[in-house]
Amino acid sequence: MVEETSAQQHDAYERIHASDEFAELKRRYIGFAFPWTVAFMVWYLLYVVASNWATDFMDTQVVGNINVALVFGLGQFVSTFLIAWLYARHANRSLDPISAKLRAEYDEEVNR
Amino acid sequence: MSASTTLIQAADTSHRPLTTSLFILVVLVTIGITIWASRQTKTATDYYAGGRSFTGVQNGFAVAGDYMSAASFLGISGAIALTGYDGFLYSIGFLVAWLVALLLVAELLRNSGRYTMADQLAFRMRQRPVRTAASVSTVVVSIFYLLAQMVGAGLLVSLLLEVDSDAAKNLTIVAVGALMIFYVTVGGMKGTTWVQIVKAVLLMGGTILITILVLAQFDFNISAMLGGAADNSGAGQAFLEPGLKYGVDTTTKIDFLSLGLALVLGTAGLPHILIRFYTVPTAKQARSSVLWAISLIGAFYLMTLVLGFGAAALLSEGAYGQVADSAGNLASPLLAEEVGGGPGSNGGAILLALIAAVAFATILAVVAGLTLTSASSVAHDIYANVIRRGKATERDEVKVARGAAIAIGAVAIALSIPAKNLNIAFLVALAFAVAASANVPALVYNLFWKRFNTRGALWSIYGGLTSAVVLVFFSPVVSGGGVDANGKNLSLFPTDVDFHWFPLDNPGIVSIPLGFLLGFIGTITVRDRTAEEKYDELDVRALTGAGAEKATSH
Repeated sequence: MVEETSAQQHDAYERIHASDEFAELKRRYIGFAFPWTVAFMVWYLLYVVASNWATDFMDTQVVGNINVALVFGLGQFVSTFLIAWLYARHANRSLDPISAKLRAEYDEEVNR
Repeated sequence: MSASTTLIQAADTSHRPLTTSLFILVVLVTIGITIWASRQTKTATDYYAGGRSFTGVQNGFAVAGDYMSAASFLGISGAIALTGYDGFLYSIGFLVAWLVALLLVAELLRNSGRYTMADQLAFRMRQRPVRTAASVSTVVVSIFYLLAQMVGAGLLVSLLLEVDSDAAKNLTIVAVGALMIFYVTVGGMKGTTWVQIVKAVLLMGGTILITILVLAQFDFNISAMLGGAADNSGAGQAFLEPGLKYGVDTTTKIDFLSLGLALVLGTAGLPHILIRFYTVPTAKQARSSVLWAISLIGAFYLMTLVLGFGAAALLSEGAYGQVADSAGNLASPLLAEEVGGGPGSNGGAILLALIAAVAFATILAVVAGLTLTSASSVAHDIYANVIRRGKATERDEVKVARGAAIAIGAVAIALSIPAKNLNIAFLVALAFAVAASANVPALVYNLFWKRFNTRGALWSIYGGLTSAVVLVFFSPVVSGGGVDANGKNLSLFPTDVDFHWFPLDNPGIVSIPLGFLLGFIGTITVRDRTAEEKYDELDVRALTGAGAEKATSH
């Protein structure tokens, strides 16, 4: 019914799943991905809501013809680039070494 | 006098031979690429996933090429040119959405699936019902998107070549349809990907050029450009402030919130974007694809800001009127003509032709990606796994995929021709809403919730899909939307038909929570031990890539 995996693969998956290293990998991944997802969603919705219902604030001019709305909008670009960069750094430093090690262990166990 | 006859009389047609030649050049180059790619396509993995041998950079360009449709290239700059700041609101949702793909979906999907969106669900659920549901949703989203693109193509090519007749539009739709069938059946994923890469390079190049030329007109002073746009548009400072389009009343404001939700959540559930992550060898390369895509798409949307406000600031009254008549689509092409030296000049003709050719390449790349996505799902999910229960040979599967591409292309052509003069711009927003309401809940639950099971997946996919489509059917975009300032019908049905009861154009604010809720209720009302046990395997595979599909080497 579901996708088939051999007994050997199954055992390897189960062993890795129960390992401390995997628990640490998952903790690090979730620990970054979930809070940041909440953060950028709130930040984005705040922007949408402000564009709709806080127009006086958004219309305030900052410099010349550049108003708060434009700065806030460009801020969404900056935050997107920034969070993407932070995630890439986090993944390269904290996630990839563990996942590479576990992947190697899996390959060794399955191809034994 | 209709809008289009005004256009032909007003416009100078000196660019037409050049535009036509560039269109033909685009066609020849993409055909060449496709034939080259077909020689390297042997296995099913080659056909569906380009052998998983693209690099992160290449796939990043292809993702950007797949995502930035003519609707964003011409549509967003046009929306900014006409409604000022409110046009910009779109692009922000389109960009921020990529963080969902980056943080929650791309890498995990690459590790746990093979060819289609359904693979990831089928990993731990009952194959046949789940694959059927995911395939239905894939095909529905892709066909909606495809129809919008093809009807847009007919309109656009007739605008750009300034030949306005139903026959010309039909011919364009058939030609675009035939080309996309050719790319997909002959070139498979490899050919489609390269077409998208070439398109992304052309689009970025063309946009950078026009942006610099526009900014140069204002000595690179953004504030001066904005001031010019505010004055020239006739709306004054309001042009630079939110609210010109969506701030009319509470309904339009809630509608915008609803659209914003669908845009930000929908991207990570668009099947044609999801399957792009299978074309790279590792999850790390999938991550790098998204990072490249975010850079390209972000830079592009920043430039559309200049194109849109630049068009509002620089275009003459006549040209600005043409932009309004074309619902914004002509903003970028006419702006290119203006900064190239104005109508009648050689520079203007060259730049106009260039931007027209870029728009054409854009359409071709996007429709090819959509056709490939639906054909893959029909062949891999429905034929190989539901009908043949996993016993089909690779050869048969690819043969069916090619046949499905021809059939889907034919259906798209057959539906686009009668729809060509209807207002179907809402279909793109609907595709995002369905993706956000049906696909995203299922994908996210499957990856992060052990208890999630087959019933939950079916309820969220069918529930999200049905609610989004039904709400739109009874919304003002289908009937009873009235007419705009120019007397143009805002609904799909003629103005005297009105059966709408849902007040919003965008269903997301209702259908997205509903999709998540149904997935939740479906799951907790039944226990599926197999799905729960298999979750551990999915969890390990998704996060580490252990046992994930590898690249093929020739």
